[in-house]
Amino acid sequence: MTGRRTRARMLLAGIAGLGLLAACNGPLEGRADEDHAGPPAYGDTFIQASIGDIGGLIPSLTSDQSSHEVGGLIYDGLVKLDKDLNMAPAMAESWTYSKDCLDLTFKLRRDVKWHDGYPFTADDVVFTYQTMINPKTPAPFKEGFLLVKSVDAPDPYTVHVRYDKPYARAVETWGTYILPKHLLQSFAEAGTLRESPQNSHPVGTGPYRFQEWKPGEKVVLLANPDYYEGRPYLSRVVYRVIPSQATIFLELKARGVDYVSTLTGIQYARQTEYPAFRKAYHKYRYPASDYTFLGFNLKDPRFADRRVRRAFAHAINKQELIDGVRLGLAREATGPIRPGTWAYTDKVTRFEYDPAKARELLAEAGWRDRDGDGVVEDKDGKPFTVTIRTNQGNDERKKIAEIIQQRLKEVGVHADIQLIEWAAFIKEFVKPRRFELVVLGLGTGVDPDQYVVWHSSQRGPDQMNRTGYANPEVDALLEAGRSSCVQSERVKYYHRLQEILAEDLPMIFLYYRDALPVVAARIHGVSPAPAGILYNFNEWYVPKAQQRYTSG
Amino acid sequence: MALFALRRLLLSIPLLIGITFVSYVVIGLAPGGPLDFLTPEDPNASPEVRERLIEEFGLDQPIHVQYWHWLKRAVRLDFGRSFLPDGRPVSAKIAERLPVTLFLNLIELAIIVGLAVPIGVLSATRQYSLYDKITTVFVFVGFATPDFWLALLLMILFGVQLGWLPISGLRSLNWEYLSFWQQQWDFLAHLILPIVVATFGGLAGFSRYMRQSMLEVVRQDYVQTARAKGLSERTVISKHALRNALLPVVTILALALPGLIGGSVIIESIFAIPGMGQLMVQSVFSRDYPVVMGNLVIVASLTLVANLIADITYALVDPRIRFGGRRGRG
Amino acid sequence: MADGAGRGRRGEIGQFWRTFSRNQLAVCGAVVVLVLVILAVTAPLLTPWDPNRPDTRKILDPPSRSHWFGTDSLGRDVLARVLYGSRVSLSVGFVSVGIAATIGMLMGAAAGYYGGIVDNVVMRLVDLMLVFPRFFLLLAVLAFLKPSIWTIMTVIGLTGWMGVARLVRAEFLTLREREFVIWSESVGARAPRIIFRHILPNAIAPILVAMTLGIPAAILTEAGLSFLGLGVQPPYATWGNILNDGRDYIEIAWWLTLYPGLAILITVLSYNLMGEGIRDALDPRLRQSRAGRMARVGR
Repeated sequence: MTGRRTRARMLLAGIAGLGLLAACNGPLEGRADEDHAGPPAYGDTFIQASIGDIGGLIPSLTSDQSSHEVGGLIYDGLVKLDKDLNMAPAMAESWTYSKDCLDLTFKLRRDVKWHDGYPFTADDVVFTYQTMINPKTPAPFKEGFLLVKSVDAPDPYTVHVRYDKPYARAVETWGTYILPKHLLQSFAEAGTLRESPQNSHPVGTGPYRFQEWKPGEKVVLLANPDYYEGRPYLSRVVYRVIPSQATIFLELKARGVDYVSTLTGIQYARQTEYPAFRKAYHKYRYPASDYTFLGFNLKDPRFADRRVRRAFAHAINKQELIDGVRLGLAREATGPIRPGTWAYTDKVTRFEYDPAKARELLAEAGWRDRDGDGVVEDKDGKPFTVTIRTNQGNDERKKIAEIIQQRLKEVGVHADIQLIEWAAFIKEFVKPRRFELVVLGLGTGVDPDQYVVWHSSQRGPDQMNRTGYANPEVDALLEAGRSSCVQSERVKYYHRLQEILAEDLPMIFLYYRDALPVVAARIHGVSPAPAGILYNFNEWYVPKAQQRYTSG
Repeated sequence: MALFALRRLLLSIPLLIGITFVSYVVIGLAPGGPLDFLTPEDPNASPEVRERLIEEFGLDQPIHVQYWHWLKRAVRLDFGRSFLPDGRPVSAKIAERLPVTLFLNLIELAIIVGLAVPIGVLSATRQYSLYDKITTVFVFVGFATPDFWLALLLMILFGVQLGWLPISGLRSLNWEYLSFWQQQWDFLAHLILPIVVATFGGLAGFSRYMRQSMLEVVRQDYVQTARAKGLSERTVISKHALRNALLPVVTILALALPGLIGGSVIIESIFAIPGMGQLMVQSVFSRDYPVVMGNLVIVASLTLVANLIADITYALVDPRIRFGGRRGRG
Repeated sequence: MADGAGRGRRGEIGQFWRTFSRNQLAVCGAVVVLVLVILAVTAPLLTPWDPNRPDTRKILDPPSRSHWFGTDSLGRDVLARVLYGSRVSLSVGFVSVGIAATIGMLMGAAAGYYGGIVDNVVMRLVDLMLVFPRFFLLLAVLAFLKPSIWTIMTVIGLTGWMGVARLVRAEFLTLREREFVIWSESVGARAPRIIFRHILPNAIAPILVAMTLGIPAAILTEAGLSFLGLGVQPPYATWGNILNDGRDYIEIAWWLTLYPGLAILITVLSYNLMGEGIRDALDPRLRQSRAGRMARVGR
């Protein structure tokens, strides 16, 4: 390790010298051999655009994506995801699960240091747990920790976690950011974490160290030479805050950024096909983990009738949505579990696009066009009008709503669209269940546990069962799936769950979009896998001859 | 005069309180709250956080009580901390955005005035001529062009196609490594497009006003007198008419003061400039009350002061009032 | 008295037309405005395409014989959307300015006529409204209300009455002391009658100018709001939201940016030229007529 570091330092010095001479940021012409893969080399800067400024530098307290991306490089967890979406060791070198699924023991690595040099031990893990469950800590994602019964550290490199009941996502929970006890203990106890220096100058154990944060402008990180897996090759990572999607794309075209996490369908298919772009960037495509859906409010008596929901499903042409909104870069969704994961099955009932069938079902449910105005009415003459609501600022959802509106019109349902600003949307419509139809998305984690979304106990205003779905069989399946840690058992539960949901249709699952990231061509080491492309970020490098920015 | 100013200043205080109270209530009553951002739409988020945050921010109290707490701190110029997870003091957030916006606006104002005065004057002296017509159309086209449209067109042309100018932000990434002069040029290069877009639109109003003012002055008696005395047209215009025509312009400048600290949301968003406009909009959208209020107090106070200055200047500058002449009514 | 005033007014109108028609730019503007209004009204007759109907096979098609202005990102005909969008822009322009002018007239009249406390309250209210950055006010109010064409119109109207109020108040302050007002009061005529029959007609001229110049401002504001995504709900087209749609594809679909932008430009330009022409034409007339009427009525 040490030899490598000294050599790295010399290399850095040499490159820095060359780099200073060649400092430039304008459009780069005439770099020969973009595809010539040189040997891995240290150096260069990686520039990423971020649409929102980070909310803070303690990501345990934030919920915005930018701070989690940055936090993911500064901090580390006990485990991480490998390229096939399995749990892999990170700061824990191994773990064991007891047979009754109640005891989880982690054996920690001994060579991990905090960025300030302090050694990392099991005390930090226990501290993180205590902080997260502390009611004074305003952390949005503590649920996993609340289910823990106790955590203790029998020795500095062993952590022993006990659960009351088997919890399927236990291991996953410990992939979260571990916080430094020696710096934050007093703040955590006082509940003043947000005001601690950590929130402006964080110290973590991750592959990158914090260098600076200019609010509203950029965050700069430097490679951690003492990282336990070896120093990352890319020396510097810069997040540029560019609040406009249009501008980010323009910066991409002008080569001001090296990476965009996803393009839109139209950008991918139509706006990035010209030779100069293909020479400067590589585009990738892999299935992302969130799905978009049309949600029914099951409290609405019209939607309580399953025939009506099925009629809507027949009225919608999912392929048209995929083609129109994503330009084909998505796959049809049939349920809430991510395709390609172990719990997924596609052997479920489908409702094909069939407007005639839709009209038939509506008629069965009592909705006919009795006065010839093109809109169906019930037996009392009340027309079937709905409002499709979604949040402002999301172009995809808006287009989905517009296409669905048109399709519904063709089967006799009159739909209006309302785009509502996010805060108001959530507070005034989603939480109090004052909606009829919503277009929203949901992220799926690695674990197929869907308890919070479908269980009948989760229908409260602050909970995630937005459609108000309640099915005792589903409840039982969810509980069983959650409390087992034996995959072969759980598979059965989740297959059955998908079958029922496809029959019952509390929401119409529309599609799983493809993630469409773009990486500058000079960066080598990118290899798409089910987990995406960022899983091996620490191994990305730029061959010496192609390095573009001064490093350091 | 001094008495007048003093009275106005005293009247401003209740006005300021009124403004802040109304705003506080308006924002507070708007649906949604800061918590909806801190406790997101995610199956893993926990609900107890909400209670904690409600308590911490004092959101469980009635709105006038909340306002009172805010007011007590505000008079000491303590605007509290932002509700966003970064929890930074409001004054810090404003302080880092204000200079950029001020700088941009001052430059724009300088350019607008510098261009509008000659354009307006020439238009007035050659009323209805071809020059007048062309500049009128040009200036109006500037006013009619939506700034976001122009911004996008210029960005594509100069930033992407020609690659002459950077398209967003304030500084290039390797700014620290540039020489001093390169740094200055880099900073200026980033400002060129936003300033061009902003001034193109702002030119219209100002030059028309200048033209109007000049037209009025030129018809006055003393100008006729100067002509009759045999002075050259040039002297008449520049020595007598211009100076008087400029006076109302000065009051307009004073009224433009509060505009200096409000950044244009659209321009800032398109060009990724971290200024006051962005801050304001983002804080309204995320219901970050402390930042919204802090922002508002500054804008409101400056506006009131500016109005006062404008009124005083106007009074000082209007010869009729200055010489105390009352030439009958009307 | 009626006779004299009637004859005077007809003469004024003639005078106005003469001055106005000499201003070529203003006349151009007026003609274009007229054409735009006709286009807006007859929009459905001018295009066979449904402006709101998506067609995913035709996404971002360039201008062609069947689609003169090309198609947008959901395959809808852009020309049709621009035509229907003109209805929105123009109605927003008229209605919001109408609202603003009405509120302004009432406020200004109250302030000018009654004076004293009423005047103070109204002027302080004006100050209050002027201090708020307008955009912030719009955003805050839109956060409150459901975004729709009516809320946009109302909000723009509610935040734009201050100029008219000041104008009207100024007119009132000067005219109030006129003999004919005092005479009317002494004869027992009540306030509304005095306000509406005698004072307001004189104030009409500057109000008209303010309104004409307010319309393009309202149109631009609406475009800006739509551009930010705060305007009319989908799928209805407005010029601002077509621009918003096109901003992401500007280099592959220039038609989405060029045509609505030009439409805004031409409309706003024409209104402004026309408005300036009206103001120039009214200006001398104003001076003349006031004196004329004074002479006639003062007796």
